Amino acid sequence: MTDPILDVRNISKSFGALKASDNISLTLVPGEIHALIGPNGAGKSTLIKQIAGGLQADSGEVWFDGENVTGKTTVERARLGLGRTFQVSSLAMDYTVSQNVVLGALGHRGKIGLKGFFRPAMKDTALLDVANDALSQVGLDGFAKTRTSELSHGQRRQLEVAVALTLSPKVFLMDEPMAGLGAEGSLRLTGFLDQLRQQAPILLVEHDMDAVFSLADRISVLVYGKIVATGTVDEIRSNPIVRTAYLGEDDET
Amino acid sequence: MRKETILNACVLLGLLAVPLWALRVDEPFIITLATKAVIFAIAGVGLNFSLGLGGLVSLGHAAFFGIGGYSMGILASHAQSYTPLMGWPLVIDGTNSMPLIWLFAVLISSLFALVIGALSLRTSGVYFIMITLAFGQMLFFFMISWPAYGGEDGLVIYVRNGFPGLNTLDPIQFFGICFALLCGVLLAVSRIARSSFGLALGGARQNEERMQAVGLVPCKLYLIAFTISGAITGLSGALFADLNRFVSPTMFSWQMSGEIMIFIILGGTGRLFGPVVGAAVFILLEYLLGGLSEFWHVYLGAILLGVVLFARGGLIELIVGREVAHD
Repeated sequence: MTDPILDVRNISKSFGALKASDNISLTLVPGEIHALIGPNGAGKSTLIKQIAGGLQADSGEVWFDGENVTGKTTVERARLGLGRTFQVSSLAMDYTVSQNVVLGALGHRGKIGLKGFFRPAMKDTALLDVANDALSQVGLDGFAKTRTSELSHGQRRQLEVAVALTLSPKVFLMDEPMAGLGAEGSLRLTGFLDQLRQQAPILLVEHDMDAVFSLADRISVLVYGKIVATGTVDEIRSNPIVRTAYLGEDDET
Repeated sequence: MRKETILNACVLLGLLAVPLWALRVDEPFIITLATKAVIFAIAGVGLNFSLGLGGLVSLGHAAFFGIGGYSMGILASHAQSYTPLMGWPLVIDGTNSMPLIWLFAVLISSLFALVIGALSLRTSGVYFIMITLAFGQMLFFFMISWPAYGGEDGLVIYVRNGFPGLNTLDPIQFFGICFALLCGVLLAVSRIARSSFGLALGGARQNEERMQAVGLVPCKLYLIAFTISGAITGLSGALFADLNRFVSPTMFSWQMSGEIMIFIILGGTGRLFGPVVGAAVFILLEYLLGGLSEFWHVYLGAILLGVVLFARGGLIELIVGREVAHD
């Protein structure tokens, strides 16, 4: 097996008496989609936050691209190539769609510099090229001039992905990108993510089981802060612990 | 052309037309009022840069206004008493050249803004308001108790400082200088607002989490914005001191900070011309209502309440409507 690009080692995190992450280890190798599933409150978002930064683990380490990033800030991790999409859309709502992706491109450039104080950002062709490319990849190119707050919920999810694309990250961390997309929207995004894994592997937190089962190379199941199983789609489908804990024992009777 | 652009042009033309008319009918007092409005507008544009663009509600901008004022006061008082500002390790004389004073005011106030900003930006929200207020008050009381430059009585400068080629004592010429500076500041601010830095700063105001996720550091953006903001307000302080030929610790008072903020709220937060409209309306009200009653602030308060309750986006929004998304 190839070396993992993202390696989470024995992460634990407690909030008071609640163990949100209980000795979690997982890896992400190039070219794969690793799905993280689990019931509400299982600690999926807490785990994502510890990987992306913003929440410090009580113990354990996060290794990214051969480097220990446990002590690094969100910004440093983003610059190293962790591209994140948020569970609840986190965008600059007063800006246009185009401005949001240009911000991503600007972040990827890494510095603003003296020129960055006087040159209009929205006339910077280098930034715009990256931005427009990302928009057309997710199918939002017709909405470049729309104010973000006027987008539908699903379109905001697409924009989240587009912003992550502008960073050309080494790893995507996607927290429920399908949420609220509707059947057609999720199908579209599923197809898109399927190809995206060639660009960079994806750690995918998702509730949409159709999407997870059709996309994932590996699945980890998180229950009460613990990973109870990791395996291929078939292994997870037939795993008795998973069936009781999550998928529901009685569903297929 | 956008409606707002037309309004902005009208505001600038109006600001220019009033003193020119006053010159014709020989009302130098009106010219002085217009000059005051222009200077206050610059102070407001300064605060609006951090408040409107960056969302940093500073209640201590009088500090930079005062520092600008005292930059002028200290340099000019040394020049008029022919004593050097500093004798060691190198001799620095006072000056009565406006451009030099401006440079000095901008440098010192941006330095102070950098330090105050670095300390204050560890907090946010209400705490940020309080800590900037505290810094403002600190400087206020420092100036009151510093006897070298007049203490509580302030400093009187007998002759207005000079500008090469102009007679600054002529009200209309001094107005011209201030008006040109306002235009310059507005031009610079509008450019920066559309620049990469401005885009990132506005992004940080709207969503810090998002900015971090794309690898931009909100705190750095805020500090730069706060420093630029302090520098602009400092410049206006130097002009204000020259208008009155007098500086006193009142320039540092928290009421002054409040007034600068009122300009912005009246005109429209975050709008390029918000503080310009606000300052002009403020001076106009002070002139009209001040004639009616000594307690004209009561009416100002009522108008301000009306704006806050019924026209959140200020007078500009009332006229041109909500800002449309644009690049």
